[in-house]
Amino acid sequence: MMVVEAHNVVKRFGAREAVAGIDLSVPPGVCFGLLGPNGAGKTTTLRMVYGVIRPTSGTVHVFGIDVAKHPRAVRSRLGVTLQQNVLIEALSPVENLRVFGRYHLLERSVLERRVEELLDFLELRSHAHVPVKHLSGGFQRRLAIALSLVNDPELLILDEPTTGLDPAVRLALWARVRALRAAGKTVLLTTHYMDEAQRLCDRVAIVSQGKVLSEGAPEALIATHLAREALECECEEREVPVLLDGLPVAHVLRTGDRLTVYADDVSAIADVIRARDGGERRTLVLRPTNLEDVFLALTGSTLEGEA
Amino acid sequence: MSLSVPHALSVWHRNLAMYRRTWKWNILPNFFEPVFYLVAIGVGLGAYVQQMGGLPYAAFLAPGLVCVAAMNGASFEVTYNIFVRMHYEKTYDAMLTTPVEPDDILAGEVLWAVTRAGIYGGCFYLVTAAWGLVPWQGAPWALVVILLTGLLFAAIGLAFSLQILTIDLFSFYFTLFLTPLFLFSDVFFPLAERLAGFWLWVAEALPLLHPVRLARLGFAGRWSPVMLWDVAYILASSAALLWFCRRSIRGRLMG
Repeated sequence: MMVVEAHNVVKRFGAREAVAGIDLSVPPGVCFGLLGPNGAGKTTTLRMVYGVIRPTSGTVHVFGIDVAKHPRAVRSRLGVTLQQNVLIEALSPVENLRVFGRYHLLERSVLERRVEELLDFLELRSHAHVPVKHLSGGFQRRLAIALSLVNDPELLILDEPTTGLDPAVRLALWARVRALRAAGKTVLLTTHYMDEAQRLCDRVAIVSQGKVLSEGAPEALIATHLAREALECECEEREVPVLLDGLPVAHVLRTGDRLTVYADDVSAIADVIRARDGGERRTLVLRPTNLEDVFLALTGSTLEGEA
Repeated sequence: MSLSVPHALSVWHRNLAMYRRTWKWNILPNFFEPVFYLVAIGVGLGAYVQQMGGLPYAAFLAPGLVCVAAMNGASFEVTYNIFVRMHYEKTYDAMLTTPVEPDDILAGEVLWAVTRAGIYGGCFYLVTAAWGLVPWQGAPWALVVILLTGLLFAAIGLAFSLQILTIDLFSFYFTLFLTPLFLFSDVFFPLAERLAGFWLWVAEALPLLHPVRLARLGFAGRWSPVMLWDVAYILASSAALLWFCRRSIRGRLMG
């Protein structure tokens, strides 16, 4: 049975269609990513998964339960970390965890044991009794995630878990998410970071304008839509045919002055382009194809917005 | 109806946990305001007043100010504090990721506003009783009146807070609604002696009038059938407003 199963879900706010017919199947024990730019409908989709808003049409089942009909039953078995940390700043991490545990009606002994586990798991112990307002952004984010784990959920939902955090903190959080998945939890997250989706997620759905454009394992998505390697350089429109004439290129994308060509082996292509370059010695970037490229190929725009 | 009492209590408990850390900064301004009125108007101005409603002026004033303290305690909670939790701190968005439902949030917040009315009104009652302005025997009845006042003003304040989209509008609520209520609801002078006929009937619409009348009669150990009307007014208005709030809070949190 799928942990999350959404069928043809539509959500309209007045005339605006935030989600325009999404299908999702999240199997147990995987880390599933919704990858898309801001405003693509990712957060709205999540909000329908945990049942705080109802779809205009379509159905969402979580753990096989219709969320719109039994929101309490579903939400007692999942945890959600919102985009914005919701913490009581005057209280310590331990006190925040206790307050949150009460929303789940956890028994005192269960709650205290859970608090101890989470202090260790998210490395909060050093400042367990310091008011939250004195803690760093990374620490507060870890506490926000700890709150969503207080009921030992089967499904963890993370909305933009690492937006605005520094690289070291991001790496640390990714390690925690991997540990959770290794412990058998299902993780559903949204992100507009290609690297986050690629390094963390077993499956990714690329979302744009309220629709899923493509879905699958990151490598499979790349293999389906583009070739393995990418070569990037600056060049003008009129130069393109000259530089690429007769080369074994699978795909070509232009965004502004930037040309990206995709092929299974771009180093050979790089040599030819250098030879045709007329001594200009422009910088060539050779790299593996990533999900950002797939997004670009599917939508014509970058994850950060219009190219 | 999807109210769960344990979940509503968890919402109430969240506010209590926070209040235990911040009450020292919260309680002082709210608490001292009626004390200042009692001293300035009751004692200062009261020295020039022979009697009012058959009582020394400070003793006339005290029961109404107990209700005002309760009204203020509840009102601050369901206006600025609720608005900040809803729109800035996103407290309710986080609660709604757990089994807590909007009805639980509404009930928990009303209960908390009534609790704060109890704290402010109760403290002020103790001050006036220690001063000898109201009798100690009135304490149980004072508790009832204070809690009813808290309920009524929690319901009124919530109904307003759930409609507005900008925090600036609360200055209208306080300056154009609560302040006139405070001044014209039998607290400072008996309306019945200054109004006649039709206008006396109109005055019955003033929400604060009813708790004040309950307090003044009840503290003195007196009973009148009009007190039934006062209790009915408070309970019926609160119920109607909270029914309306249930729909509003769903729209706000689950839109």
